[in-house]
Amino acid sequence: MCLAAPMELVAVDGADGTAEVDGVRYAVRLDLVQGVGVGDHVLVHAGYAIQVVDAEAARETLELLAEVKAAVDDESP
Amino acid sequence: MTHPGARFRDPALVAQLADRLRAATPDEPLRLMHVCGTHENAIARNGLRSLLPGAVEVIAGPGCPVCVCPPADIDLAARLALDHGAGVATVGDMMRVPGRVSLTEARTRGGDVRVVDGAAGAVRWAREEPEREVVLFAVGFETTACTTAAAVLAEPPPNLSFLLSHRLIPPALSALLTMDDLRIDGFLMPGHVLTVAGTEDYTPLAVASGRPMVVAGFEPVDVMLGLARLVELAGEGRGEVANAYPRAVRSGGNAKALAMMDRAFQAVDARWRGLGEIPGSGLALQPELSSLDACQRFGVEPDPDLPDSLPGCSCGDVMAGRLDPTECPLFGESCTPEAPRGPCMVSFEGTCRNRYQYREG
Repeated sequence: MCLAAPMELVAVDGADGTAEVDGVRYAVRLDLVQGVGVGDHVLVHAGYAIQVVDAEAARETLELLAEVKAAVDDESP
Repeated sequence: MTHPGARFRDPALVAQLADRLRAATPDEPLRLMHVCGTHENAIARNGLRSLLPGAVEVIAGPGCPVCVCPPADIDLAARLALDHGAGVATVGDMMRVPGRVSLTEARTRGGDVRVVDGAAGAVRWAREEPEREVVLFAVGFETTACTTAAAVLAEPPPNLSFLLSHRLIPPALSALLTMDDLRIDGFLMPGHVLTVAGTEDYTPLAVASGRPMVVAGFEPVDVMLGLARLVELAGEGRGEVANAYPRAVRSGGNAKALAMMDRAFQAVDARWRGLGEIPGSGLALQPELSSLDACQRFGVEPDPDLPDSLPGCSCGDVMAGRLDPTECPLFGESCTPEAPRGPCMVSFEGTCRNRYQYREG
């Protein structure tokens, strides 16, 4: 039920949008998000965008994990 | 574009996080609960329990909306289809939940029950058939409730009404935390509920209970990161909220979605299968929107005497974390996904279904 997929907005027409993931396009409603445009990544649940994905935060999470991994690898014999 | 979540599926990162989790595991056993069927599915599907040390147990709480939906609400939906000729729009997982009449049985008796892709699908159906009444049987937590609010507030067609069975997570967590027989050391929080609702409501619960709550996403790296952080905080006995899913979850949540929920709904006391009535845990339409309420439109009321479960079914205890699915005598014997006896074996998010489908032997 709480499944939501990150998708890229490829068209916006008022509260109606088109989002794409893995080469497949879906109709999405944009009622619940503010000021989104083509190129934004949104989290889509039950046909509605429920949040804009923060690409910077995603990068930071992965970089932090990579740093920890590098530190662990350095300590390994 | 490739799937944006792909980097959060990296098995090397998952293994590294499993190491971090093991290193943080205290001597005393830890019992952690998630409150999300999508987490149960992610954990089972990716075999993540096999990466946990023996001292760390992750159990499923009441996180499957279809499972916690009380039989009286499903019965109302079936009666609207059968006795009132309404077209009932619902999610697929709801169809085969057994009860006095399941929605699948309602179909075979002449009811028009259709699976739709969310609230927008019900709006489309109602617009395509303006001559008939369509009811959206709306289930789900905050994640889904905001989409129903959006449909309610976007001038729905006059032949569409709403049977609301949405549930809110914070009151359920409060209820769980007051149960005497429940030993839980920390909670893995449902990332997409908190995408909408934010983390602020949970800090008082974490502080008062002394239990850590870590928000996690749903890719394998997200789940393991959340669990590792939760083990670290639980090991230190810190009752606080941490966010391991910052690309989607902000402290204030989605302010626009929350404002729309406030305009559309008011909180009401509501029943949960297995947990009983929980104050302020359900949603009803605001009084000025009551013409959209299916119960009012058709003059129906829930039957308060329907039992929570079929005889022998332990879904209620499974959802409260009191019983492991494999401890239920029906599990895998007279209750399977092909012939389910209770909702936990029906839904793709159900604890029993996930444990059966992804069993290790």
